[in-house]
Amino acid sequence: MSLISSLGAQIIWAATATGKAMIFTWDIFRWIFRPPFRIRAVFEQMQEIGYYSVPVVAITALSTGGVLALQSFIGFKRFGAETMVGTVVAISMTRELGPVLTGIIVAGRAGSAMAAELGTMKVTEQIDALYTLSADPVKYLIVPRFLAATIMLPVLVIVADSVGILGGAGIGVGTLGANPIIYMQKTFEFLKLNDIFSGLFKSMVFGAIIGVVCCYQGFYTEGGAEGVGKATTRSVVISSILILIVDYVLTAILFGEAPGGG
Amino acid sequence: MADDTIIQVIDLYKAFGAKAVLTGANLTITRGESMVVIGGSGSGKSVLIKHMIGLLKPDAGRVIVDGKEVGALNETDLNDLRRKFGMLFQGAALFDSLTIGENVGFALKEHTSLPRRDREKIVTEKLDMVGLYNVENLKPAELSGGMKKRAGLARAIAMEPEIILYDEPTTGLDPVMCDQINELIISLQKKIGATTVTITHDMVSANKIADTIAMLLDGKFAAVGKPDEVFASKIPEVMEFCYIGKVLRETEAIYKRN
Repeated sequence: MSLISSLGAQIIWAATATGKAMIFTWDIFRWIFRPPFRIRAVFEQMQEIGYYSVPVVAITALSTGGVLALQSFIGFKRFGAETMVGTVVAISMTRELGPVLTGIIVAGRAGSAMAAELGTMKVTEQIDALYTLSADPVKYLIVPRFLAATIMLPVLVIVADSVGILGGAGIGVGTLGANPIIYMQKTFEFLKLNDIFSGLFKSMVFGAIIGVVCCYQGFYTEGGAEGVGKATTRSVVISSILILIVDYVLTAILFGEAPGGG
Repeated sequence: MADDTIIQVIDLYKAFGAKAVLTGANLTITRGESMVVIGGSGSGKSVLIKHMIGLLKPDAGRVIVDGKEVGALNETDLNDLRRKFGMLFQGAALFDSLTIGENVGFALKEHTSLPRRDREKIVTEKLDMVGLYNVENLKPAELSGGMKKRAGLARAIAMEPEIILYDEPTTGLDPVMCDQINELIISLQKKIGATTVTITHDMVSANKIADTIAMLLDGKFAAVGKPDEVFASKIPEVMEFCYIGKVLRETEAIYKRN
């Protein structure tokens, strides 16, 4: 195949996939507001996606908070700003690291599981079986997962923010010899409510991205066990990349502060 | 369309990418009949029945079920039409996350207002009909292949459908189990009085359960008729495919004479 036709084929593939994903997303929103609502299924998924992700999110946040304190201490010491370590940890965790790390961890832990489960259901004709039983699979399978991911991501970010700040404080006070009272004072002195809310809002968007991408990949799986494997990998890769891109866009547009102005 | 026609496939075309699967298929199925669609692997048998229940949309042509054109229905009407159907999938397609009882009672729970106790009674009754006992609380993974097919069958007949679609019901089962499934298909047809459409390449099964056999060849029906008529076909591909069926018929005839 020539270079041009292979490029063309890829563009057509990408355009088709984007179109299909948009229709899929529209379908999700259409079903969210149509009764009967499957509240129980949403709670089950909230447990699966949210509750079971708490340990890994907490461990990651703890170590990130700690390392962040350590690293910024090394940097700040060079110009005598060691007291600002708590401030930097708090702002970095709430605005950026909490939401993004949580997003990527949930994409890897719960998103991949969603894609694999739905993909298996697709290749074993369970999704077709739902149609034949006059039950729409988007409503039965996708909507609860989408809602659960969108609701639980901010909750997990609250955990990540708190544990991260505690981790930073642990290292700051325990290893770097900071005064606990001053450290905590510095942590909250410059922290604005907007820092926390911007992170929570971003994480909600990340949750929606994980829900749509991973469910889409699973729902359109083809080609048996191999197809399920590929769909699972793609779901994690695509949702992680989208999270990073959307993170920048949202931060720049919604939550940026003008350089120099503040 | 005659009054007793329940499914009519008219000039059906379907292609996947560059691969044309159905190229002008025509078929008429009468109410209460047991239609068996035979054909080699990849001949489009599954594609055909997926059009009947609206899982696929035709590229051209129409499928008419009970007077309604399947491909032209909106979501609500299609869902209503689907309640006339029960479908047994090749791999049974039981929901892994639900118990056998929940699987069989799925449509009852979603589409009827029956109280739980009544639903459970119907579930047990349907499981009895397919010869499964005390499996309501097991998960599909705990059943053998044959038991899964039976459970899938119980789910398909839970709402007492007018039409039952069987997608390769005997594939992957041992000969004894095949025979049991065949007997089950026949006895269910008698008990429920449903129209059945079975796709298979198992000629033993086709010979046993068919009122009418239709053979798909190159995307069209090459031969349609009573088993004896199809087995007597002079089309080389049909002769080759139906050889076993013919032998079976002849053997049965000899047995009967003696």
